[in-house]
Amino acid sequence: MNVSRRDFLKSSGALIVTFNATSLANGFPNAQGQFDTHPSHIDPTQLDSWISVAADGTVTAYTGKCDFGQGMFTVQTQLVAEELCVPIGSVRLIQCDTAVAPDQGTTSGSQSTPTNFNSRNLAQAAATAREALLNMASVKLGEPVDELTASDGVITGKRGSHITYGALIGNERFHAPLNSQAKRRSPSQWTVLGKSIPSLDRVALMTGQFEFVHNVHVPGMLHGRVVRPSEVGATVANVDESSVRQVPGLVKVVVRNNFVGVVAEKQWQAIQAARRLKVNWHSGPGLPPQKTFHDSVRQQPSHDALLLDSKDVEQQLANASTVLRATYVYPHQMHGSVGTSCAVADVTADGATVWSATQSVYPTRSTVAKLLGLSLDSVRVIYVRGSGCYGLNGADTASFDAALMSHAVSRPVRVQLSRQDEMAWENFGSFCVIEQRAGTDPNGAITAWECKQWEASRGGRPGYSQPGNVITGVLVGYAPEPIKPGAAAEPTGTLRNQNNALPSYMAGCVGDRCAGAGYVRSERVITHTVQTPFFTGPLRSPLRLQNTFAHECFMDEIAARLKADPVAFRLQHLRNERLIDVVKAAAEAARWETRPSPREKLPRTGSVTGRGIACVAYEGDNGYGALVAEVSVDMASGRVQPTRLTVAVDCGPISNPDGLRNQTEGGVLQGTSRALMEEVTWNEKRVTSIDWETYNSFYLGFDLPAVDVVLIDKIGVPATGAGETAITVVAAAIGNAIFDATGVRLREVPFSADRVKAALQSLS
Amino acid sequence: MSKVSLKVNGSLHILDVDLTTPLLFILSDELQLRGPKFGCGMAQCGACTVILRGQIVRSCVMPVSAVGTDEVTTLEGLGSPEKPHAIQQAFIDEGAAQCGFCLSGVILTAKVVLDEKPDASDQQIREALGGVLCRCFAHLRMLRAIRKYAERRKA
Repeated sequence: MNVSRRDFLKSSGALIVTFNATSLANGFPNAQGQFDTHPSHIDPTQLDSWISVAADGTVTAYTGKCDFGQGMFTVQTQLVAEELCVPIGSVRLIQCDTAVAPDQGTTSGSQSTPTNFNSRNLAQAAATAREALLNMASVKLGEPVDELTASDGVITGKRGSHITYGALIGNERFHAPLNSQAKRRSPSQWTVLGKSIPSLDRVALMTGQFEFVHNVHVPGMLHGRVVRPSEVGATVANVDESSVRQVPGLVKVVVRNNFVGVVAEKQWQAIQAARRLKVNWHSGPGLPPQKTFHDSVRQQPSHDALLLDSKDVEQQLANASTVLRATYVYPHQMHGSVGTSCAVADVTADGATVWSATQSVYPTRSTVAKLLGLSLDSVRVIYVRGSGCYGLNGADTASFDAALMSHAVSRPVRVQLSRQDEMAWENFGSFCVIEQRAGTDPNGAITAWECKQWEASRGGRPGYSQPGNVITGVLVGYAPEPIKPGAAAEPTGTLRNQNNALPSYMAGCVGDRCAGAGYVRSERVITHTVQTPFFTGPLRSPLRLQNTFAHECFMDEIAARLKADPVAFRLQHLRNERLIDVVKAAAEAARWETRPSPREKLPRTGSVTGRGIACVAYEGDNGYGALVAEVSVDMASGRVQPTRLTVAVDCGPISNPDGLRNQTEGGVLQGTSRALMEEVTWNEKRVTSIDWETYNSFYLGFDLPAVDVVLIDKIGVPATGAGETAITVVAAAIGNAIFDATGVRLREVPFSADRVKAALQSLS
Repeated sequence: MSKVSLKVNGSLHILDVDLTTPLLFILSDELQLRGPKFGCGMAQCGACTVILRGQIVRSCVMPVSAVGTDEVTTLEGLGSPEKPHAIQQAFIDEGAAQCGFCLSGVILTAKVVLDEKPDASDQQIREALGGVLCRCFAHLRMLRAIRKYAERRKA
């Protein structure tokens, strides 16, 4: 399995078209946001780890950040073509293969653009390569380097002499480190980057030719299916293998501790064997009632973090002319990928190859090695795109399932989960409860604000060493990463706002440094992490969405109490210029009507309309977004229909405007589905939202709102993430619009018709 | 196991299979086609959609024995990368996808409804797509592409 990069380069021609994208190589500071990256056998400080130029001028680039459908394959290809001054068709991008690509940890958290498009990693590698080629050409052509120009893979001197990249370096290594001084091309020079290049996978996708991980076929491949526990926390009493002896094609029943699976020659045989296999389970401990879950999470032992504390909040609240308090609740929601998770593993005596849709090829390599007792070097993980994941869906756990079953039968095994197994056992988004308190002065300004957040979670990304963070790991005997109850230490160092636990209106002062986006100086934010019975993990805009829902709705409550216009009231409390600009841009594009909410003389029957706004500085400084929602509410049924959603985003210099628009539109609608109808449900024993009838998501036939996207192309600042900005503000904006239309404040997602109707009835 | 002959995208295949096998697994595993995909196994999402006798079929719940002698058309049978079908071209033009896993359901369902009713209203198109799921929520572009195809088709 130990494929050398050179061997790979020699044989990679046929492979390249099937590869898609994966995680990110994060060279110098060994940290990518909250996810650590580890050094690996491919040195990210070396240019040859990133870029290779063939004799025919073809550029092969290696990245550890992959494409799940968000367009990273295309924009990274654009980036390399731009910096190297070659046509986009000359660039082959290899994403996330532990045999050849650098370890960039996990592709997540809107970190691919900040990591690879600024002054490090892939962008810097391509710029370094261009400068190295110019220096080589200077020697060859005998002309000063500053009189040379590079274009279309050819370097030309002032007197017309020229030489191709292929002739300069073809198939040889650069043997040079990444040069942090290599000059990036400026956006004013861009001819490929910054343009709406059609996504490179588009034709293959639309014509059914694109290879997903679900389409990987390995010679001799068998099919596996898992048999998950009968209820949460159930353990195996016994497995009656005789119950499936008659199933044709059955190869093996695989049992390891509480992990149970079947392997058969054909997929249909594996499904039948999984259905028929008699497993007796010891009951689990039972589940807490869903109805009162928001109370029970606040009574558990918690791991606390104090993000900031100005120490004067109680005093300021005591002196305030008005004090408001409210509690917001956000449910567990799921990734609910449209295709169930799938992986193929080939485990032999020499090692293992895993074709996986994981966001984390290197961490998966480590965890697979740990699960199978193999050496790290003998495991190769190759990213192949899966169904859109939006975070930690079942891709990692399915990869472990395939590895375990292939290990048991010593043949390649493909595993695809059933719809029910996917939805009952995936790592849901965290359940959150957020308690808010704020005080205002007689002039209508907020003087103090306190947030207490409870986050209910279990497990998460397996990372490099925690297979127990997902279901398969727990079943074979690993524990999830424990939550260690403990009181919070005093905040020190820099403000940690990557989860948007702070409202944008706080000054965000730790010590004498204030990194918040607003003016409120009397401030306190504490978070409590508690245990939930369900696996959780990052789901698009993890915690940022939950927190922003609570902050932006509460901001609206304060504005309403003071009879202030929601936009003007926000602007009054914001000092971050970029956030101010997106709020203004969204309001202007939506032709915002300046007045307090709710509207006067509310009708009590029929269909009523309203508008609401919400904004966010994503992760504090990783993109800026504001959204104006216009909704109609049917007073009789409680049904909420968004009619127009106007969103403004600023994510720095835009790599691909149409790609960004696509991400933003999708984020807005996914946010709408999550705001209106998505919620994981359970009974006393098990998850009950296990298919598309029990977990709601709106179909293509939904009566769609108009979506207007305003893109602010901000030059001269670092490029930020963009995939999660828009979704973060949708629930709050819709909640605020419902209040504007009806005078009813909804403090719990989803805003289902039943919930809205009940709230309307309690009002009258 | 029984012998079955299956006509798919213009080719005839003689296969030795369990006749209760859902058509989807024959297409994706035996014939290694990439268009139809397993999404739910319960006809709830549309990812496995194919066209049979001019109708939309959810191949995850149709046993291969029920196909008969009529031809099955999958997403890759509609057009090729070199020569995409007009509806595929409209989706290409509009960039109407993100991950693209759901496209068999979206494109083939829209094609069939417009084949049946070239003047279908937006409302009728939406109704036809009432059981097709896209979790990336590329809905706006998809409906734009479908409308574009409908207009080109009439012209």
